[in-house]
Amino acid sequence: MSFIRDDGTWKVKTGHARMLKGGVIMDVVNAEQALIAQEAGAVAVMALERVPADIRVQGGVARMSDPDMIMGIQKAVTIPVMAKCRIGHFVEAQVLQALDIDFIDESEVLTPADESNHVNKWNYKVPFVCGATVLAEALRRIAEGAAMIRTKGEAGTGNVVEAVRHARSVLGEIKILKATPFEELMTIAKVMGAPYELVKYVHENGKLPVVNFAAGGIATPSDAALMMQLGLDGVFVGSGIFKSGNPAVRAKAIVEAVSQFNDPEVIAKVSAGLGEAMVGINISTIPENERMADRGW
Amino acid sequence: MIPHIGVLALQGGVSEHIDMLSTLSCTTVCVRTPQDLQGISALIIPGGESTALIRLLVRWNLVSPVKKLADAGIPVWGTCAGSILLSSEITEKNHKVRQPSLDLAPVRSERNSFGRQSASFQEDLIIKGLDEPFPGVFIRAPLLFPLSSNCDILCSVNEGAVFIRHENIWLSSFHPELTGDSRVHQMFIEEAVIGS
Repeated sequence: MSFIRDDGTWKVKTGHARMLKGGVIMDVVNAEQALIAQEAGAVAVMALERVPADIRVQGGVARMSDPDMIMGIQKAVTIPVMAKCRIGHFVEAQVLQALDIDFIDESEVLTPADESNHVNKWNYKVPFVCGATVLAEALRRIAEGAAMIRTKGEAGTGNVVEAVRHARSVLGEIKILKATPFEELMTIAKVMGAPYELVKYVHENGKLPVVNFAAGGIATPSDAALMMQLGLDGVFVGSGIFKSGNPAVRAKAIVEAVSQFNDPEVIAKVSAGLGEAMVGINISTIPENERMADRGW
Repeated sequence: MIPHIGVLALQGGVSEHIDMLSTLSCTTVCVRTPQDLQGISALIIPGGESTALIRLLVRWNLVSPVKKLADAGIPVWGTCAGSILLSSEITEKNHKVRQPSLDLAPVRSERNSFGRQSASFQEDLIIKGLDEPFPGVFIRAPLLFPLSSNCDILCSVNEGAVFIRHENIWLSSFHPELTGDSRVHQMFIEEAVIGS
């Protein structure tokens, strides 16, 4: 006798995200980098054509990656392969699902395709991760079907300040909501612009119903451990690894720092001898219309 | 005696096991260093990414302490990636892999056996020792191939075995910690009590 088999369920989508906790997801642009990431202990790789730092410098429209490149990376590694689609570009998302990608990042790092709407993520078997700067934004994305949330940070800057801001906002608002009297929840939902049921969930559970990762501007083992100590579940590192002096060594160091994020002696040890970190950019020098964190609605 | 259960906490679905265990009569500890293994009556190796987990086990000098613990008869249970780490042999469905393991049970685990994430699934399971079906959650799951007649197959799906017990070593390719159902954890804790 055998039972019915269900795939693409909320449980297996959010469950996959849970298995990535305490891990590092690394941006890679080719199979060679993907192998370096896997060897270093990455829990997944994000396949993209240009890392955010290059998108920032080169400008132009940033789109979903070439399927050939994605398939090359899928052939090279055994760990999950993620890829980005533009905000609201549901056909790029369909294509990524057709390529059998493991996770789709509907990402502000790419040029948005829709300035009002995000992808209806319930339509897909493949789980989605979305960026958020505040709790209301996180809850809107979850209501659209996102199985994982990450901070937006300010990608491609090597500057962790925006990721810290977003983490503190989301986690701080969760604490406040937990302490809020039940009768105020409806008005809060109305004012926040977030679905009531999810506001109620956060009030009752003191956490999001999905995992919450750090992303955007993380460049060092200490940056990564900082985000973990702030209370996030794991870390995305974009330009920080392959734009640094010694990617293989830095990748390992960041993985090790995240695995022992509460032990400063370990972080000190793994931070030694890493070579040059990526060159950072101060957020105040970026014109407002070039800030990626402001994309998404 | 109240069992004291360690959960390897280097990466993966750690808090889900801890939360599940907190509903049962036992105490828990997150294991990040060899010292954390002291005094535990059983160990759980959670799901996560097996390549990352084995690297971190080696890096933080946990391989031989965990093997010693298992050799001393302490029950060790690996879920999903954890079951891969316990296997004596690791293969992968579509890739050639050379991946070290803890080598604690005569089992070959085939990684990503059902396919990528799109093939992750839920299915009710008949498990030896449980009266009612159990909600199986399989995420990029391995299949388990017993390499010895001493392996007790506790559960199979159409494709093959997904829950094996070899002496004090338990391997499940699914995730009981992601369900609201604590029966498999309960079975394991009872084992830990008897083992001690």
